[in-house]
Amino acid sequence: MLESIIWSLFGGILIGLAATLLFLLNGRIAGISGILSGVFLSAKGDMFWRVAFIIGLLAGGLLAPLVFQREFVFELKAPLPIILLGGVLVGFGTRMGSGCTSGHSVCGIARFSWRSIVATLTFMLTAFLTVAISRHLF
Amino acid sequence: MANIKENRLSAYAVSAFATGLLFGTGLTVSEMVNPEKILSFLDVLGAWDPALIFVMLGALMMTIPGFQWVQRKGQPFFALRFMLPNKTVIDKKLLNGAALFGIGWGLVGLCPGPALTALVTLNTDLIFFVLAVLAGMRLHKVFFD
Repeated sequence: MLESIIWSLFGGILIGLAATLLFLLNGRIAGISGILSGVFLSAKGDMFWRVAFIIGLLAGGLLAPLVFQREFVFELKAPLPIILLGGVLVGFGTRMGSGCTSGHSVCGIARFSWRSIVATLTFMLTAFLTVAISRHLF
Repeated sequence: MANIKENRLSAYAVSAFATGLLFGTGLTVSEMVNPEKILSFLDVLGAWDPALIFVMLGALMMTIPGFQWVQRKGQPFFALRFMLPNKTVIDKKLLNGAALFGIGWGLVGLCPGPALTALVTLNTDLIFFVLAVLAGMRLHKVFFD
């Protein structure tokens, strides 16, 4: 339990450090839904740094298990129709709501943005309800 | 490109890659890349796993002082100005969008950052998920732009 808490805190610190550095160096918010949609939907001139950031994410996923001797555990158990429905909702919802967990909860809250605080509370609430209903009602 | 300082293009790209690497490393070592781990956090009525709270705590420990400090600077290192969202009003779009995102997150256990990072597993279902995310973004563009 304690070990799990330490890894969680350590991972969180790396995430927060990354977001702070991207803001300090490039003046950009590390909002991953925005970075992703910028690559595929609004091909403006600043595409290259978005691609570089995403390649960085993938490199992190590849290297972290080797560097820290941590197994990459990935269990995606939802049936395919639910995966597709969930994906569409995540894509549509993050565009409509101007961000996801990274942009709103990691960066927006740190800027004391009311929009981000309200967005975080809202998607946490509907996520808790969705799991409560799908795991305990059906 | 207009916002990037002259001759700072490669520094800008390198810092985007390096911060992505750090971000992906954080998501991986904290196991936020595992949908089951996220779902056990969201499952308050089941065997609840508080891990995500500690990840958020670690992240905010860095970003709250970090962003407040950076915001007092006049300029980022490699860009001419900070690019910040210009909306400040809490409107229906924000609430509905966040609500829909939360439902999708709760159905699958994946949000955009972990979904992209976990693509290194080459899991077929995950590839379908990411394609569905892009389709959802496209759908929003068709409806609202």
